[in-house]
Amino acid sequence: MSQKQNTYSAVDEVGAVTEQRTFLKRILIDLRKAPYTARFGILIIFIYITVALFAPILSPYGEAEVFPEPYAAWSSTHVFGTDQIGRDIFSRMIYGARNTVGIAVATTVLAFLIGGVLGLAAAINRSYLDQFLSRTVDVLMAIPSLIFALVLLSIFGSTVTNLILIIAVLDSTRVFRLTRAVSLNVVVMDYVEAARLRGEGLGWIMRREILPNILPPLIAEFGLRFCFVFLTIAALSFLGVGIQPPTADWGSMVRENASLIMFAQYDIKAGLTPLLPAAAIALLTVAINFVVDWFLHKTSGLRDEI
Amino acid sequence: MGLVTLSVVSIIIFSSMELLPGDFGQAVLGQAATEETVAAFRRELGLDQSAVMRYGQWISAALQGDLGTSFSGRNASGVDRSREVIDLVVPRLRNTLFLASVAALIAVPLALILGITTALFRNSIYDRSVNIGTLTTISFPEFFVAYILILFLSSLYPVFPSLANVDSDTQFSERFYRTALPALTLTLVIVAHMMRMTRAAIINLLASPYIQMARLSGATPTEVIIKHALPNAWAPIATVIAFNLAYLVVGVVVVEVVFVYPGIGQLMVDAVSSRDIPVVQACALIFAMTYILLNLLADIIGIVTNPRLLHPK
Amino acid sequence: MKFNSQNDDVLLDVKDIKIQGFSDEKWHDIVKGVNLTLRRGEVMGLIGESGAGKSTLGLAAMGYTQPGCRIIGGEVNFDGTDLAQLSDVEKRSYWGNRMTYVAQSAAASFNPAHRLIEQTTASTIRAGIKTKSEAYSDAQSLYDALNLPDPNNIGIRYPHQVSGGQLQRVMTAMAMSPRPDLIVFDEPTTALDVTTQVEVLSSMRAIVEEFNTAAIYITHDLAVVAQMADVIKVLRFGEEVEEAATRQMLSHPKEAYTKSLWSVRTLEKPVRAPANSVLSLTGIDAAYGRTKVLHQVNIEVPKGSTVAVVGESGSGKSTTARVITGLLPQSAGSLKFEGKNLPPRLADRSKDQKRRIQMIYQMADTAMNPRQTVKEIIGRPLEFYLNMRGQRKTDRVIELLEMIELDEKFLERLPEELSGGQKQRICIARALAAEPDFIICDEVTSALDQIVQEGILKLLLRLQENLGLTYLFITHDISTVQAIADQVVVMNEGKVVEQGLKDDVFQAPHPAYTELLLSSVPEMDPDWLSKLTQKRSIFRS
Repeated sequence: MSQKQNTYSAVDEVGAVTEQRTFLKRILIDLRKAPYTARFGILIIFIYITVALFAPILSPYGEAEVFPEPYAAWSSTHVFGTDQIGRDIFSRMIYGARNTVGIAVATTVLAFLIGGVLGLAAAINRSYLDQFLSRTVDVLMAIPSLIFALVLLSIFGSTVTNLILIIAVLDSTRVFRLTRAVSLNVVVMDYVEAARLRGEGLGWIMRREILPNILPPLIAEFGLRFCFVFLTIAALSFLGVGIQPPTADWGSMVRENASLIMFAQYDIKAGLTPLLPAAAIALLTVAINFVVDWFLHKTSGLRDEI
Repeated sequence: MGLVTLSVVSIIIFSSMELLPGDFGQAVLGQAATEETVAAFRRELGLDQSAVMRYGQWISAALQGDLGTSFSGRNASGVDRSREVIDLVVPRLRNTLFLASVAALIAVPLALILGITTALFRNSIYDRSVNIGTLTTISFPEFFVAYILILFLSSLYPVFPSLANVDSDTQFSERFYRTALPALTLTLVIVAHMMRMTRAAIINLLASPYIQMARLSGATPTEVIIKHALPNAWAPIATVIAFNLAYLVVGVVVVEVVFVYPGIGQLMVDAVSSRDIPVVQACALIFAMTYILLNLLADIIGIVTNPRLLHPK
Repeated sequence: MKFNSQNDDVLLDVKDIKIQGFSDEKWHDIVKGVNLTLRRGEVMGLIGESGAGKSTLGLAAMGYTQPGCRIIGGEVNFDGTDLAQLSDVEKRSYWGNRMTYVAQSAAASFNPAHRLIEQTTASTIRAGIKTKSEAYSDAQSLYDALNLPDPNNIGIRYPHQVSGGQLQRVMTAMAMSPRPDLIVFDEPTTALDVTTQVEVLSSMRAIVEEFNTAAIYITHDLAVVAQMADVIKVLRFGEEVEEAATRQMLSHPKEAYTKSLWSVRTLEKPVRAPANSVLSLTGIDAAYGRTKVLHQVNIEVPKGSTVAVVGESGSGKSTTARVITGLLPQSAGSLKFEGKNLPPRLADRSKDQKRRIQMIYQMADTAMNPRQTVKEIIGRPLEFYLNMRGQRKTDRVIELLEMIELDEKFLERLPEELSGGQKQRICIARALAAEPDFIICDEVTSALDQIVQEGILKLLLRLQENLGLTYLFITHDISTVQAIADQVVVMNEGKVVEQGLKDDVFQAPHPAYTELLLSSVPEMDPDWLSKLTQKRSIFRS
């Protein structure tokens, strides 16, 4: 054996080389090694997706169906009682999953499309385009986004489309910055230079050389951005300038039932009612944060927090 | 740089006026408004002048403290009971600053201590539990934290009032008592952020070779932190604090609404609902200004404490 | 002070030390039971390749483990006390007092916030060895002894205000300030250029000799350790290979592994007679923005031969490569490839022109997309230039893998599943896939361990033999030039200082810079540094 160590052969030269693994194997191994917080997170996210997809089947009543008794107590007919005009809270919670989460997903996707494409283009181009975009983003980011959103909503009015567009544009600034930063790290790599020397076109370089390498931080960022968008929309709805009634939405549900909280002394269940939608929001963001935290830790511990 | 950004921001805020739909005068004054009153209203807004001129007038007036006149209180009858924006804003700004400073005074030292200690004992049980705790708090919407506090500290066990209604006559101790819950909510929310960022900044720093060098020359852990890490940590820590104080500015809006606290955030939300543009503009300008100034301050601290820039070659 | 077996005054006695490091959620052995005995005033060289555990062992000799490492067995007896049993508080009274440390990267190891003299004297003052004024004046005399310019005032500067070579000497002064019994030097000259390295080495050696301090000198460079050490210990995979006095080790290494370490130095390619030029650079000027980095560069590369471009960092050798590849169009002068003008801009070159000039990089890690498999990496040029697809492509990739002494088991591997040498081989295969005439090798071996280097160099020579390739070989390492070059181009500050056949360039008389460069390259002769310093001091006076 010592003889083998002392002679050199390229095939034998292993050093600290790890075993070759297939893609699926890697994922399974990762999942098995995932901490409980991350597994919990994945489970919760999965449940939310199911509820959102099958809302009409799962909910006992319609989204805006009004019953005669407002502020009904918790009972077998109305699991979580009814709200200020007599709508079933449990059903609205379920539809809320579809509306609130759906709108947040749409917004985040849009933000990533805008920010991601521009960020990548700026990183590769690095001239006027980069200068122009970066300065614009600097200015946009100089205004707190909730405040900016409030100003814009006051002008354009609070419709769902406006809400999605405004938040997506405001949020795409952060996506732009991150995409640009991580792409810049990849663009300077020798393998990108090698591809350029080979004569590859811009499309190939972006798609095959850069994109696969910036994906992990971008996926993590997608989770974090989603939480941020989700919380912003919830906050706006809570303030009464976001998603408008009668659409069921967790943020506005908190606001509508807020006064119940002072009855907690007399009926703890009634006191809890306004907290339910808030807890639904919190639970999903906690779940996503746990998963993202684990993911970031796993893919090089890139950063601890934004 | 800060000034440039501020002026660009003011242009954006001003342009919001430009984007108003054409029949806005009608909308503000109500359906009963006559042609003349609408025209008069448009003239008062200066919509018959060029945009550049109006921006000049608006910004120079704003610099002198004149933020225009609120839209609310006007009606078709032509009787003008509207108030100067400045009169609306100033007392509420004072309240908001009070709330924000109370929160900041508790949150900043607490977060720094938590951040530094978790960085020192990283991967210990203490670190992990603080980590999970803050990760959870970060994920909560502000109003969730607020209502939980109300549920426990006001509804079930009435320790503090759930409504933080203060006015200019309120005594300091009374004011402090009434703002306890909103301040606590804000503190919880930003401590989590600030602590995590401080921890990350310190860990980043402790990985530098000169920290190992300091350890190997016999420096005690305290000495390593105070003498070797801290002088280089001011810039990242200042950024963290500024970022979170800026975040405070945003958080204050929601918290003020929950506790019906008469601050500038609530004023702004009301103005947005009623589309009272001059008030919205004034509030946005104040928020943006605070935000930009804080970030500018962080940049300056970063430059002032950087030895490379302090002692050029 | 040379090795003396009668001297039994043992300062440090490390017994069967075992150290583990934590990575991939597991503990791995780094040092697997090594003994180390150091007498007072003795200098021991620890030599080994990356992963040999030499730095870990060096730090353990001070009772220190890096975060994420732990000592799981053995003793570290320093002057009769087992450091491994001491608490951190107790160990601290040794560190910066009786034992000190000189780190590899001086630029990163000085705290940017404090003045040099404060850092030089901090531990001495803390330990109460000297008062502040004594320590300061002592530091100034140490700066003087280490040949630092303006020794009385250099200390008030901040780390970023002095050069890398000077910083490394200040760090030596810092290590010497408390007059320790032991100094651990951890690759202190690795980051320096050869001409700077010589000065730092001779100052370090002089001062260690003057105060008769015991030292552990960690390096991967044999020639350097030959100058510094009385005894050499060779490590591999966390275990000791052998230990002997320097002269004996150099002349009669016992173990096969040690011999193989030595042999790479002796590789030498016979010079080939010059043929027609395949590539010629005439009057090339180039600039990054406003800073001009190449001045009137003329280089002729004969077909089928290897031209080595030698120079220190900042000499313009890599920029020359960028001009040839078209990444940095020249501002003046012309490039001719096989007699035809080569357009300066990459975008203006034809696909065939791009195919015929290939490049291999220094860091194989960053030269391969970490998300692509070996098959994709090597297959892409086949597909792109030669339009091969499907089975034909796979067959050709396997053929190429065999040419670089690997096999089809590697097809589906990702770069992270390859060792350093294997990665560089894949990069070579990728270049070969394009069926080029001309390959630019940019420091292709300098990031690799010696034995792996030898394998790569031999492979390149064999490929040249079989395929008639022409190489432009960029390097700062003279022994690599000996091993591979037919012709040599010496560059300094963006200009060609000298060029010609290898034998001609390496033989006197040289231009002054070539002389400085060549004489600064450490040789395996333990007396080399003494002779050189003597010669240079005579020359100066």
